[in-house]
Amino acid sequence: MADSPILMREQRYHQIKAVLARLRLDAAARVVVLVEKDGQQLAVHGELGDLDTTSLASLAAGNVAATGGMAKLIGEKEFPTLSHEGERESIHISVIGRVLLVVVFDERSSLGLVKLRSKQVSHEIAAAFAEIERESQDSLNNAPPFAGITDDEIDSLFSQP
Amino acid sequence: MTFINYASREINCKIVYYGPGLCGKTTNLQHIYDSTAPQAKGKLISLATETDRTLFFDFMPLELGTVRGFKTRFHLYTVPGQVFYEASRRLILKGVDGVVFVADSQEERMDANIEALYNLEENLRSHGYELMKIPYVLQLNKRDLPNVIPTCELIAELQRKGEPIIEAVASNGVGVFDTLKAVAKQVLTELRKS
Repeated sequence: MADSPILMREQRYHQIKAVLARLRLDAAARVVVLVEKDGQQLAVHGELGDLDTTSLASLAAGNVAATGGMAKLIGEKEFPTLSHEGERESIHISVIGRVLLVVVFDERSSLGLVKLRSKQVSHEIAAAFAEIERESQDSLNNAPPFAGITDDEIDSLFSQP
Repeated sequence: MTFINYASREINCKIVYYGPGLCGKTTNLQHIYDSTAPQAKGKLISLATETDRTLFFDFMPLELGTVRGFKTRFHLYTVPGQVFYEASRRLILKGVDGVVFVADSQEERMDANIEALYNLEENLRSHGYELMKIPYVLQLNKRDLPNVIPTCELIAELQRKGEPIIEAVASNGVGVFDTLKAVAKQVLTELRKS
């Protein structure tokens, strides 16, 4: 069967958002996104404008997966950080266990600062995600949130306008 | 891996379209994209070669509706079908919640279908999943072409576990949404069990 679902409660969401907000400020970044390694966006903070963060999350995960595959080919476990520098905007990605911390920044910041600040919050993010995983398992074992969902409810999804 | 976010009241699931090269995986996604209201979908991202063959994956997020106050969002992916993109195909299956196998009904593609199906089973196993236990739909595509194998023969060769079988002509949309509904329904039913 597929992997167990991940459940993120409001309290954890706000805790993670607060970490992202602090990182954004400290790193003088434009946007900070937390992504699960399979491509799901967990939380985002910053000047979003028309940035499509859902696509960014999926592509960041694909990017990390591809470079992780290359790492294995040369005998490395993975590459823990990835950086892409553009003319105006740049992206830095840190792999923190099962999550990716994606920081989008421009000339107001620098790669060195973003790397430093990302590293400084990585333990906090790892701890928060470990709690999310533990809570997900507890919740699924004790009170699965969608256990009572009926066939009619599922069918009705496909008739909604 | 399904992700349930209580703060944004969203359920996010990952569905992967798998199959041999040129079977119509990207065409399925393109039709879904073209036929869906703008507010229900995100961008369709295609990482393709200059000749429009899928190089890494196609991706589009799609919102289907609300269940128990939660928006259901499906992240649809395709894999590259060409044999030599094996490493990429395996990566994309990671965290999958449901799989659509798009079979090419043409006689000359039968061997490619069988090879791709074995490849799917093997790649699922490499992530610790079993085809027999994962939400799964078999789509028999290109039914409009003159040289197709009868459906009963395709089913005898390709059906693995009594999964839903949808006949399709993805290029004009026939069977595309029926396939998506069949797999999405299984994914949500699975959520009930978890």
